[in-house]
Amino acid sequence: MEERQRVQPIDEEELARDREDQIYIELAGSSPCASCKLLRRRCAKDCIFAPYFPPDDPHKFAIVHKVFGASNVSKMLQELPIHQRADAVSSLVYEANARMRDPVYGCVGAISYLQNQVSQLQMQLAVAQAEILCIQMQQGPHELPTTHHQSLVDCDMKSLLLSGNNNSSDFGDQMMPQFMSYTSSSNNVIQDPLKRESLWT
Amino acid sequence: MFRFHKLDKTTSTRCAVCKYFRRRCPPDCIFAPYFPNDNPHKFTCVHRFYGASNISKMLEELPVYLRAELVESLYYEAKCRVQDPVYGCVGIISSLHQQIQVAQTQLAKTQAEISVLNANFVVAQPPSSLDESLVQQNGVDHGLDDPFNTWFY
Repeated sequence: MEERQRVQPIDEEELARDREDQIYIELAGSSPCASCKLLRRRCAKDCIFAPYFPPDDPHKFAIVHKVFGASNVSKMLQELPIHQRADAVSSLVYEANARMRDPVYGCVGAISYLQNQVSQLQMQLAVAQAEILCIQMQQGPHELPTTHHQSLVDCDMKSLLLSGNNNSSDFGDQMMPQFMSYTSSSNNVIQDPLKRESLWT
Repeated sequence: MFRFHKLDKTTSTRCAVCKYFRRRCPPDCIFAPYFPNDNPHKFTCVHRFYGASNISKMLEELPVYLRAELVESLYYEAKCRVQDPVYGCVGIISSLHQQIQVAQTQLAKTQAEISVLNANFVVAQPPSSLDESLVQQNGVDHGLDDPFNTWFY
């Protein structure tokens, strides 16, 4: 009984892998995939593109081929395990679409825009947190009598911002991978970033 | 008597692309301004994902003053892809979207706190204290002339 229980998890993984391979083989064996149609060649049973570029969506492969080239895409897919290839293809399609939309900056334009958005939100959050500190100071036990119309943000905002910024920059370090220094040239050019684009269309 | 080092001269002025392909670098080489021979990694990285012919086509489709930006963006995307072979720079975009959502939620929460604090502050102000302080100041009730007393009328 104990031996059967130990074997069960391994069998489920193997079954899942077999199912994935079966789908792979079935797709390859049917009508030529979009890539083989575009490249005008016979779609082999083990065609690497077939599971990810079905014949009903020729535009998907066309755009990836235009930007990256079929041989490069093939090499990229071969370097990855099968269970990661679908995601890799989706990201390549996304990048290719971004490059078609913006031939100069591609995805980098979107990254630059989003980084700016994060910075702006960070600033707004710091200001709001400083405002709370101000209010709390004014509502403290030693509050001075204030008039009905006096502004509630009447204290030194600069000094409070400087002290409050240390707490609000938690995601500043997280968002900066080691080579995120490419931002300056794109700010003036990008007008229509991919801010509402779904990542996996 | 003098050795003509023609080959050496050509070798020293070849761009990284022509060096990679071991070919002569013509004077009008489209890659030369953007792939200098002192940075061979730049081209090998970009070439790995895009291929020389695609890069050449992309460069040709753009005016000259935008080509440097194009090459830098391709290099950036290629480096992202080296670091993350599955998601590339799309992983960074996804992460930034998440950070924006978190920041927006935090900001909304903080602004709501400010509204609550402001509302409590206004409610906590006793209206009678204002009236008394004005009488003490002047000795005579000049409420008609006092701008802060308009709400009595």
